[in-house]
Amino acid sequence: MTPPLLEVAGLRKLYPMAAVKGWRRAPVSWLHAVDGVGLTIGEGETVGLVGESGCGKSTLVRLLSRLIDPSAGTIRFGGADIGAVPARRFGRGRERAQIQMVFQDATDSLNPRFTAFRAIADPLRRLRRLGGAALRARVEEVARLTGLPSELLGRFPHQLSGGQKARVGIARAIAVEPRLLILDEPTSALDVSVQAVILQLLDDLKRRLGLSYLFVSHDLNVVRLLCDRILVMYLGHIVESGPADAVFAAPAHPYTKALLSAVPSIGDRTTRERRIELPGEPRSPIDPDPKVCPLYGRCFRATDSCKTTIPALREVMPGRHVSCHFPIVEETSPVIPHDRRVAVASGR
Amino acid sequence: MTETLRHARYVLTENPVTLFAFGLFTLLVLCAVLGPLLVPYDPLASDTARALTGPSAAHLFGTDQLGRDIFSRVIVATRLDLGIAVTSVALAFAIGTLLGLSAGYFGGWTDRIIGRIVDTIMAFPLFVLAMGIVAALGNTLANIVYATAIINLPIYARLARTEANVRREAGFVEAARLCGNSEARIVLAQVLPNIMPLMMVQVSLTLGYAILNAAGLSFIGLGVRPPTAEWGIMVADGASFIVSGEWWVAFFPGLFLMAAVFCFNLMGDGLRDIVDPRLRT
Amino acid sequence: MSVGISIDRRAVPLLAIDDLSIEFRTRSGIVQALDSVGFALKRGETMALVGESGSGKSVTAYAVMGILDTAARVTQGSILFGGLELLTAAPKVLDEVRGREVAIIFQNPRTALNPIRPIGLQIADILLRHGNVSAAQAPERAIEMLARVRIPDPKRRAAAYPFELSGGMCQRVMIALALACEPALLIADEPTTGLDITTQAVIMDLIAELAAAHNMATLLITHDLALAAEYCDHIAVMHAGQIVEIAPTRQLFDSPRHPYTAKLIAATPGETARLDELAAIPGGLPDLRRIDLPVCRYSARCERQRDDCVVSPLPRLSHGDGSLVVCRHPL
Repeated sequence: MTPPLLEVAGLRKLYPMAAVKGWRRAPVSWLHAVDGVGLTIGEGETVGLVGESGCGKSTLVRLLSRLIDPSAGTIRFGGADIGAVPARRFGRGRERAQIQMVFQDATDSLNPRFTAFRAIADPLRRLRRLGGAALRARVEEVARLTGLPSELLGRFPHQLSGGQKARVGIARAIAVEPRLLILDEPTSALDVSVQAVILQLLDDLKRRLGLSYLFVSHDLNVVRLLCDRILVMYLGHIVESGPADAVFAAPAHPYTKALLSAVPSIGDRTTRERRIELPGEPRSPIDPDPKVCPLYGRCFRATDSCKTTIPALREVMPGRHVSCHFPIVEETSPVIPHDRRVAVASGR
Repeated sequence: MTETLRHARYVLTENPVTLFAFGLFTLLVLCAVLGPLLVPYDPLASDTARALTGPSAAHLFGTDQLGRDIFSRVIVATRLDLGIAVTSVALAFAIGTLLGLSAGYFGGWTDRIIGRIVDTIMAFPLFVLAMGIVAALGNTLANIVYATAIINLPIYARLARTEANVRREAGFVEAARLCGNSEARIVLAQVLPNIMPLMMVQVSLTLGYAILNAAGLSFIGLGVRPPTAEWGIMVADGASFIVSGEWWVAFFPGLFLMAAVFCFNLMGDGLRDIVDPRLRT
Repeated sequence: MSVGISIDRRAVPLLAIDDLSIEFRTRSGIVQALDSVGFALKRGETMALVGESGSGKSVTAYAVMGILDTAARVTQGSILFGGLELLTAAPKVLDEVRGREVAIIFQNPRTALNPIRPIGLQIADILLRHGNVSAAQAPERAIEMLARVRIPDPKRRAAAYPFELSGGMCQRVMIALALACEPALLIADEPTTGLDITTQAVIMDLIAELAAAHNMATLLITHDLALAAEYCDHIAVMHAGQIVEIAPTRQLFDSPRHPYTAKLIAATPGETARLDELAAIPGGLPDLRRIDLPVCRYSARCERQRDDCVVSPLPRLSHGDGSLVVCRHPL
């Protein structure tokens, strides 16, 4: 069996919350943005990453694309330990071209003073040392691949439409022939009519160029259409992972179930499952208690054991991993008696 | 590019004052470049028989106490004053922008150290600081330029710092890192072009101030030395004659000085409107 | 204290927009933002104004509130709200109506609130301006409003500033501000864009609940068809400043009549099983600065387009139940 393209284990990113202790600034508390994440992405696989604001997915994305350094844990790419190379020096290494990213807001991620040509040419100049005619040829080839008419190459971002800017961002990312493409909400800023085209383009490129994707999105419907596997993140932890269709059809983690029930749909209201509301706010990511499950206090299946031992991500069914003491793996979800539900405390 | 030109034309036609300023600027540049070749008299030639004659057909702006033609001197002085202003502003811009960019982009100790340097300069009343520098180092043209450059440096440093600070979080900066750009390259090739328009506006505004500064130093005797033709010295010379009725000796150089400063300020406003109308106060 | 100008809340329909056309004077030309927009909303009803960016839905909402940009000019039409013609009403009358009879909640809750004023005071401000509340009672009533939008620990939170609250909380405060004086009409302009899905669900449920409790009419502006489907009785679809279809929700989705509506539904990711079934809508919005805009602004992108689609005026085929389709060759 071929080793996975990307292998992550025990990944942590902690940010110090500085406090003045005497006259020395010693960090007294730490914000756990990513708190022990493990995942794999295989060759040619499309993995979706979903989670709400504050779950740590932006931090995880920046760790995996090596823009920031982890506090602990390993990141192996194609067998090489890239987590050990500091972010500052990663840009000069061989792997830089192999992991690329498409950003959420194409307007923000394109230099307003660069033409589309220059934006796409930048990685080719820096990482492939192309110049002159070879550069021009490659830029035009990539523009063609992403459906960007070559007459638009001389335009600036403010002269391009949302869809065109998205294509420039994608062209720039695939120009250096990466193996892993991280897509951070690539279509959330686009109109629904343009979104379809871009998603189909991404799917097509994946097949043609043999790419692996990490597709981050808050739009669960889009993730379901595009992704083979899905990871659900909450408060710096991966709480569920499994094949996209299976997770959508029968979510095992209470948070995933609540998340899915909150997605609006056009279908008939009366036949839909009732919405599960998670009361209160997420627990604080600052110095979280390592014995308590991150969802404790909002979870409708919690018991006392959820606050004495934090559940680990374990395989509850073939291919399905959940970090929960009481995953929903039965055919029909049991009705939880009212007295077993934990009373809600706000915050902690 | 054409869009900028179209926008520029719109601004110029909307606001006739800006058009006037640009016109005046062109005139001043012409004086500076062609002036010394076209003036009727040698600016240094004195003719005591003709001292202190009022404006006439022979001497458009009259003559000063040494019989020198004021018109010729004023026109020739344009080159010197503009030259000092442009050189010192160029220096202030180059060094100040670089310092500000580094401070704003890198933060941390770079920001703290540069911040302290800039704060130190700004702690002094700027003209007094210029006086001090010139007095200490001597009244040469070079020192006047350096002094003016130093006192105008902080404004560029501050502006560049703020703008760089805003942009360091921008998506395109992260994207640039993913493309393999080093931090230095990002600062110079990616961030700097974005802040240039704003810096250009500031350049225009500072030019006016720089001229005033050079003239001011000359006025109090710390600037260019006589018999060089320079607006500041000429106003200083003429000041003593106003009371006795020979108003033209100070008036005409003063008029040109005022016109130049006025012109640069208006141009700065116009440039700012072209670059980013939201900045209008 | 309010001056006593009020609208007739029992007017049927409560809000009637008829043949509204608005243009914007800009440097690069005149933008025909709205073209003959019209729809009606009854008391207690919820209607969604759905469309992509540039469709003119926010412009319509702002026109009702009277907060259009100064470059805007209404070239024709009327907005009747409770019997009052908003387009010709005196500014003083509009000031009374805004906030008391019609309220709006905006897209970016944190930026729509005053950043330097505690939220309790902001609510008290509006109570003092429009409600019949004395200065002594206002703070207490403000705390009541915060409790009603389910902000935990309202008494303490009343002293908080917007930056101390999460996006969802800020939106609740906006709702509290909007509903403080129990308006007859609530306009919600993309109230949940930028919020998490779970927060979105909670906020929309809250709006729906409060609207039902006060028999308030709701106009929801959104680009999210699914959201509109969940919360609204009627949906009006807009494209490039024109209304293309209005229908009761279920009818719109079960049998859309305008080609654009059908395409929009087919482009929504939740409705298809496979990626290749997702429909793209070819072309783009027409440039609204053109002088020669076609009568049907969708015709250039429409696969059902025929020669007579350029003949003016466009037929407006309506049914008794308030549905309308503006098309010469509806589905």
